Amino acid sequence: MPRSTLHIFFSTGCWMVLAFLVLPILVVIPVSFTDTAFIGLPRDGLSLQHYETFLRSPKWLQACLTSMWIGVLVAGISTILGTLFCIGVWFLSDRAATIARWVMIVPILVPPVVQSLGFYKFWVVLGLIDTHVGVILAHTLLALPYVTISVFAALTNLDRRIPQAARNLGASLPMTILTVIMPSIRPGMIAGALFAFTVSFDEIVGVLFLTVRRVETLPKVIWDGIQESIDPVIAAVATILVAITLFVTVFGLRGRKI
Amino acid sequence: MSEKTRYWMLALPALALMMIFYIWPVLNIFGISLTEPEPGFGNYTRMFDSNAVKVSFVLTFRIAAITTVFCLLLGYIVAYTITTYGGRRAPLMLGLVLLPFWVSVLVRSFAWIVLLGRSGLVNDTMMDWGIIETPLRLMHNELGVLISMVHVMLPFAILPMLANMRGISQSHMMAARGLGASEWRAFREVYFPQTLPGVFSGGLLVFVLSLGFFITPALLGGGRVMMISEYISYQIQELLRWGLATALSSALLVATALVLIVAGNFVNLRKTFLERK
Repeated sequence: MPRSTLHIFFSTGCWMVLAFLVLPILVVIPVSFTDTAFIGLPRDGLSLQHYETFLRSPKWLQACLTSMWIGVLVAGISTILGTLFCIGVWFLSDRAATIARWVMIVPILVPPVVQSLGFYKFWVVLGLIDTHVGVILAHTLLALPYVTISVFAALTNLDRRIPQAARNLGASLPMTILTVIMPSIRPGMIAGALFAFTVSFDEIVGVLFLTVRRVETLPKVIWDGIQESIDPVIAAVATILVAITLFVTVFGLRGRKI
Repeated sequence: MSEKTRYWMLALPALALMMIFYIWPVLNIFGISLTEPEPGFGNYTRMFDSNAVKVSFVLTFRIAAITTVFCLLLGYIVAYTITTYGGRRAPLMLGLVLLPFWVSVLVRSFAWIVLLGRSGLVNDTMMDWGIIETPLRLMHNELGVLISMVHVMLPFAILPMLANMRGISQSHMMAARGLGASEWRAFREVYFPQTLPGVFSGGLLVFVLSLGFFITPALLGGGRVMMISEYISYQIQELLRWGLATALSSALLVATALVLIVAGNFVNLRKTFLERK
């Protein structure tokens, strides 16, 4: 069948937009292998020197580690709290429950700088400035909306009669949640945890307001690096992050039909 | 304990955390704006008198609006192609939308700096090829901010439109074609109107997120394109003017709320935010 003009227009346009989305990100790859001391394409040959700098720098490695464990902790806490919340409001399913769900997604709507300002003033009162606990608490709050959205989406596909049957057969509420509800919403919980980890791992504005020197996360070190001097080490770090994202995206899409 | 109370007990830990550590501090911003440095509406009169504030607000709304328009136009093409012509390539195309979505905004902004800087790759390449003599100014201006904002926001426009288009049956279009409509006419009069809910959803999402955006404008604007978020942060970090900063924050919050309320008349807010996929 010959392709129509409309088909050609949309397909060409689509590939162009996709190129615009992906190609600019990929420029960090050649730049990370540059043999120069400044940002640019390799001159005389490829070099791994900036990866070496990264791997030998306690500052970068420490920041990676900090971001990682904070992210894992935030993912764990927000997934547990968010899942319990969703199960509760799913059972209730009344007007008040819907309002509670709206309250939980407010962090998506409030501009990052505004919420960070609010955090800062309150964290000063609580003595949480420049502490890991302070960052974890802030990130948990920012991750909760994403967890509740994905877990609740999984719950809407669950037949209400199934947990009801478990209850009627004598299972307690905790038992029903653990053995009947949670196994069937696991994909939603995993997606939520992944989202939560990413939110925390990438979060920058809150960290800029809430930490001084004691807590250094990866985004903060990247941010400082961009502000001070555009060092090719950032390109090496960016390449590693893009590679990980690519891997997870390919891996995640393979098992999913669209 | 009644069944209902037990369900609320499940929801309570997360809800209490959110109310105490998020909602309260954010609402408190209004309070600070009325008390710092002295009680009264001083910050607000200063804010409304300031020309710089006016410029920043106009700039913010303009950039958010232009970003939204471009994201919807470009995003529609992608979403439509994936649903209608994608076929075997649809998963690949979706992957290419999701990949940038999952790459951190900081990394993406860095990539744009590498590309658009004064001695960035675009300028270097064009000078090597003799297309230009002196470097073009591609960032530290509105153009740079817009390019990178559209790049960051595009997936937020594409995904809701995609979700909407997947629910539209192709049979309507085929029926229109069978009855003699041209492909273009069938698209325009039969398909397009059905996609409007997705378009509105994506547009609202992009607009609201753009209004408060900080990272990309701060990095690519280079202090010359001060959107309101950066203006607020500047007031605090450089001038320690908490009063004015919180008044500006309150204004931004109110502006965002107004946008949502107005949009609520023709956008399904529930679908856009609460049941987002």
